[in-house]
Amino acid sequence: MASKVLRVVAALGSGLVFGLGLAVSGMTNPAKVIGFLDVAGDWDPTLAFVMGGALLVAVPAYRFIPKRGRPVLEAEFSLPKKKAIDAPLVGGSALFGVGWGLVGFCPGPAIAALGTGLLPVFAFVAAMLAGMALHNRLRGSDS
Amino acid sequence: MGDFSPVGGFVGGLLIGLAVALVLLLNGRVAGISGIVGGLLTLRTGDTIWRAAFVAGLVLGALGYLSAADVPVRVLAPLPAILAGGLLVGFGTRLGSGCTSGHGLCGMARLSRRSMVATATFFGVAMLTVFLTRHVF
Repeated sequence: MASKVLRVVAALGSGLVFGLGLAVSGMTNPAKVIGFLDVAGDWDPTLAFVMGGALLVAVPAYRFIPKRGRPVLEAEFSLPKKKAIDAPLVGGSALFGVGWGLVGFCPGPAIAALGTGLLPVFAFVAAMLAGMALHNRLRGSDS
Repeated sequence: MGDFSPVGGFVGGLLIGLAVALVLLLNGRVAGISGIVGGLLTLRTGDTIWRAAFVAGLVLGALGYLSAADVPVRVLAPLPAILAGGLLVGFGTRLGSGCTSGHGLCGMARLSRRSMVATATFFGVAMLTVFLTRHVF
């Protein structure tokens, strides 16, 4: 029971840090993300600094934390095991790329921006959830 | 060069990396937003509360800063593009097993070849899409 509560508190806490980081980085603003993706326009390289900062912490984390044998609050690590580079991976990523380029929102920043109460953000997240539900319906949910 | 903000970007990136490390250390999972949210829609797995708590934190953490610092959130696309884009992002990230966080950060940090291919694909296609919508049509 205690560990169940701790797991939820840990999730809330790491979600808070993630959301704060997205807002501080400026990535909750789709106009800024488009500014990075628009390499032929008035290019804004900020997103590369966000990825760089995040990887600076995440690379050593993934290098050393799995050596612990188990995470602090769970019996074992549950990390993705798939290895195949297949059509769903590439096709799905391409569809995602089209949507990302059209609006400038990917899932994290879109959800993090819900707190602004802006109608276009809610419209995007509602359509995104519908797309996810459609996938679960057509192909099942395996992750 | 646009509204280039390298310091905010880098500091925000460090925080995002810290969150990725916390999820791995405490819960033993990949901090992929599309996976966490997609799993919420099935309500089948026993970890719905964990996922909901993470999503609540994501909204509150951003809200705290956005309201205090008056950072703009500007969606430039018209409504039909917003809806089409949302559908494509939702369906595509589930089909491709991840998004910018799951593949782009966690997968790259794990040196996963799948994630490297996915990341190159969605960045490349998104850049092409922006090029076509902004400079061609």
